[in-house]
Amino acid sequence: MTAFSSHRLRERARGFRVVLLLAFLVLVGAFFNTQVLNTERFRLRSESNRLRSVPLAAPRGAVLDRNGLVIADNVPGYAVKLLASNPDSIRVVLKRMAAFVELDSAAIEQVVRRYRAAPYQPAAVFTNLPFEAIARLEEHRVSLPGLVIQTEPRRFYPNGRATAHVVGYVGEVSEADLEQDRYPGARMGTVVGQDGLEAEYDSLLRGSEGVRYIEVNARGAMVREQPPSPSMLPVPGLPIRTTIDLPLQLYIDSLFVDSLSEYRGALIAMTPAGEILAMYSAPSFDPNDFVGGISSAKYRVLTSPDAGLPLFNRAIKGTYAPASPFKLAIAAMALRRGLVSFSSHMEQPCRGGFRFGNRVFRCWAPEGHGSLDLIGAIAKSCDVYFYQLGLRLGLNAILEDGSRFGLSEVTSLDLGHEAKSFFPPSTGYYDRTYGPRGWTNAVTLNLAIGQGENSQTLINVMRLYQALSQSESGLAAALPAPHLVAPRARGGIDLGLNERQLAGLREAMIAVVSRGTAAASAGADLDVAGKTGTAQNPHGPDHGWFIGFAPSDNPRIIVGAIMERALHGSSVAPWVVRVIRRYLVGSGTNLDAPIVLEFPADSAPTPEELVTDTIPGRP
Amino acid sequence: MSRRGLDRGLIVCVLALAVYGLAILYSAGQTDAPTDAYGAWKRQLIWLGLGSLVAAVVFRVSFRLLEWVAPGVYVFAILLLLLTLVIGTGAGTASSTKSWLAVGGIRLGQPAELAKLATILMMARYLSAFKEPPDSLRALIVPSCIAGLPAVLVLAQPDLGSAIVFAGILFLMLFWAGVRPFLLLLLASPVVSLLLAGNTQLWGAWMVALFVALLVGRAFLSEAITVYLVNSAMGVFALTLWNRLQPHQRLRLSTFLNPELDPSASGYQAIQSKVAVGSGGWFGNGLTQGPQKRLAFLPEQHTDFIFSVVGEELGFIGVLVALSLFFCLMLVLLRIARRASDAFASLVVFGMLSLILTHVFENVGMTVNVTPITGIPLPFFSYGGSFLLACSLAVGVSLRAAWDARQAGYADA
Repeated sequence: MTAFSSHRLRERARGFRVVLLLAFLVLVGAFFNTQVLNTERFRLRSESNRLRSVPLAAPRGAVLDRNGLVIADNVPGYAVKLLASNPDSIRVVLKRMAAFVELDSAAIEQVVRRYRAAPYQPAAVFTNLPFEAIARLEEHRVSLPGLVIQTEPRRFYPNGRATAHVVGYVGEVSEADLEQDRYPGARMGTVVGQDGLEAEYDSLLRGSEGVRYIEVNARGAMVREQPPSPSMLPVPGLPIRTTIDLPLQLYIDSLFVDSLSEYRGALIAMTPAGEILAMYSAPSFDPNDFVGGISSAKYRVLTSPDAGLPLFNRAIKGTYAPASPFKLAIAAMALRRGLVSFSSHMEQPCRGGFRFGNRVFRCWAPEGHGSLDLIGAIAKSCDVYFYQLGLRLGLNAILEDGSRFGLSEVTSLDLGHEAKSFFPPSTGYYDRTYGPRGWTNAVTLNLAIGQGENSQTLINVMRLYQALSQSESGLAAALPAPHLVAPRARGGIDLGLNERQLAGLREAMIAVVSRGTAAASAGADLDVAGKTGTAQNPHGPDHGWFIGFAPSDNPRIIVGAIMERALHGSSVAPWVVRVIRRYLVGSGTNLDAPIVLEFPADSAPTPEELVTDTIPGRP
Repeated sequence: MSRRGLDRGLIVCVLALAVYGLAILYSAGQTDAPTDAYGAWKRQLIWLGLGSLVAAVVFRVSFRLLEWVAPGVYVFAILLLLLTLVIGTGAGTASSTKSWLAVGGIRLGQPAELAKLATILMMARYLSAFKEPPDSLRALIVPSCIAGLPAVLVLAQPDLGSAIVFAGILFLMLFWAGVRPFLLLLLASPVVSLLLAGNTQLWGAWMVALFVALLVGRAFLSEAITVYLVNSAMGVFALTLWNRLQPHQRLRLSTFLNPELDPSASGYQAIQSKVAVGSGGWFGNGLTQGPQKRLAFLPEQHTDFIFSVVGEELGFIGVLVALSLFFCLMLVLLRIARRASDAFASLVVFGMLSLILTHVFENVGMTVNVTPITGIPLPFFSYGGSFLLACSLAVGVSLRAAWDARQAGYADA
């Protein structure tokens, strides 16, 4: 018997077989557990390993004018995206890509940020690249692993600049907006409406994204695409029909660009029922620049004060002293309180100025208007008459009716970012601003001629004139507020005037323009009622207003315009009349016939400064 | 039995494994983007031819000659390992280590593979001299040193996997030489203590159990005290040793315990391998069709992780077939070792069995996270010349042992 006798070896072999069996059973058990019991889990893991979901953009709904003409639509565009396994590799590929297409380091970092936000989805590099650039990239696909080129519907604004401030523009959703969930359903990279109707009706227009899967390898390079399954196709957005009259809008654009290129300002045309027919703010911009991301140089221009802040919609965001057009509101306040009739004269006839305390408040006409009744005062825009009317009303009545006329509200137009107009809610405002003894009744005189602590947006003054254009005050209250697609709120302003008083105010406004109207409408029977105005501008030449409606007996269109540094409302009026004529008469008549209009040149009077308590133009 | 005295069972097993391995190696090269693995099967075919030649040559060599050259080969292998530590280069799957020996930029092979064979021969020579099995820890010092010296040298490369193989050879050969399992347990106890040192309660329980075992097992007093002290010391120095481990080794150990700790880096291989195997299911994705492999998620798919390809493409059934073939090979080698004509031959064959078994268990186990991830190849599957030649040598030696036994009339015993 030695250590290696056959008997002892057989014994050990028996023992070893048990060890061997156990070892293999452990392995078989582990494989059974992994491959049979848990195979679903690992199969899923394997799928998610290699399949990357690529969002398919939904085509946005079209934006149409009132007759179905296209304001915003989609065209096919080429989007370039990158899949990568880590930030370093995406950076390498982007640097290589920069050799074929324009891609600066800031853009590269932007893509890397997008990648970090969603590493398992392709990061967008370009959302719209011309075909030649796409061809160059395709040619070098081998050196650009992870390259994904997709045709995606791209927003297109066929009218460019002309409809920019109405329709707004689209862009990739910002991180801040995502955090605040301002666009429900959006994720990093989703294109959303950023301004104008695009933003306002984004939830309707956007539709919902679809998903497609592509197979990638461990380095994130695309291996093959899988066809999108029908259940995951994108759902297109819904079209919206606006109240815009596109030909009128284009006509206004041509006026501003061809004839008024040096002016900044805004123009709104609407029906008495509150439907906005046209809205224009000059200078305008091309919203197509924003599609697929705007370059920072271009954006700087669009937001620079030197270029006139093209992105700034003056029609709803610019606030100006309402000036003479506001005299109609003062007249309405006095009429509804029964303080005057249309034939009422004031105590002092106009001799070019009005002494109040130790100060003289001047009329715009230094020679004076003499003694006028209310109609004459509106027609001539006599400041002395309205100083006295204001004093007769009293500050409290003016402020009270100001609230009633919606002078410190937004019109709730269905277009975002409307500025809130300002009108003091009560005398408490003056106490807080200047101290209880720091102000005098001189503020009433300023308010009475539309100056002072009063700044209104064009759209808000338009709403006031919408009420003035009605034949019955109660009707105005039942009408929809100004709107582009659907009114948010029912009810314009109830001025509280009777039919006769409204007719009288219209008559007064016809008187304002009667002489000019006859000349302008040469042959066409066109009565324009309206009011010019000049707003004091502490920063330079005065701004000009004109708001008018026609035909005056049964208005079908109201057009208002403010032009910065235009000096006089009378220089604004011809253009407004052209717009009215274009709408009512159509393009058939000779629109280019010279229009000769004469208006009172009612530049805003500056009070003679005798004491230092003069209140500056804008609070 | 066999017409020409060749062991038919061994040849069938080895041929089946080689064909199976070659098919999987071919599949490992079929990826969507070309990798190193593409065409590796052709080079492996050349190595298989060379291996057959080696097996044929070794088959002609008498065990007496092997016994005689054993010390020389052993010393030569140790010297090569020392040389590797000085001028070794990293390459292939072990690119961060110094495991290759190269002359003039031409890689000659991995000396660790030679050292494994040399250690088996040296151990067999030493252990076959015992009339009665060693029955004290003191008697195990020399064999422990024979296996320990190369183990320490490969550990310094660093190559944890091969070091584990040396441990496997040591313990299995001692067992075959008749050493009581209790003694083997005592021999292994410091390592167990080291591994358990991370958890105070587990380690405490281990030390109590060891104390009881020493009492019950009636060990020599001096040895019992030594074992207990070494175990205690291991527990105390575990932290220091842990800190001295290479960072990649430390990561491998901790990600072995929980691969999800670091799924993108050190846990990546463990996770991707398990995903590949797990997604195979019962029948797999079909040969060459595994997406994990095709899309390069599976690392080292033609060397260390080739068994994951079996799992992914041929499923649980394919795994069962491969493991059964290995199991049969083990049984055949066990039979040859048991019937060998003398103690040295028996120990050599069993040593080869230990070598293959350790490699199989370690390599296959790591694809499903049963064993920690180390870079050791799977016999007859993984691409690589050195190890394939080592395996061929093992096959040749075993064939010779079977032949000798038959000549001696042991065949039907």
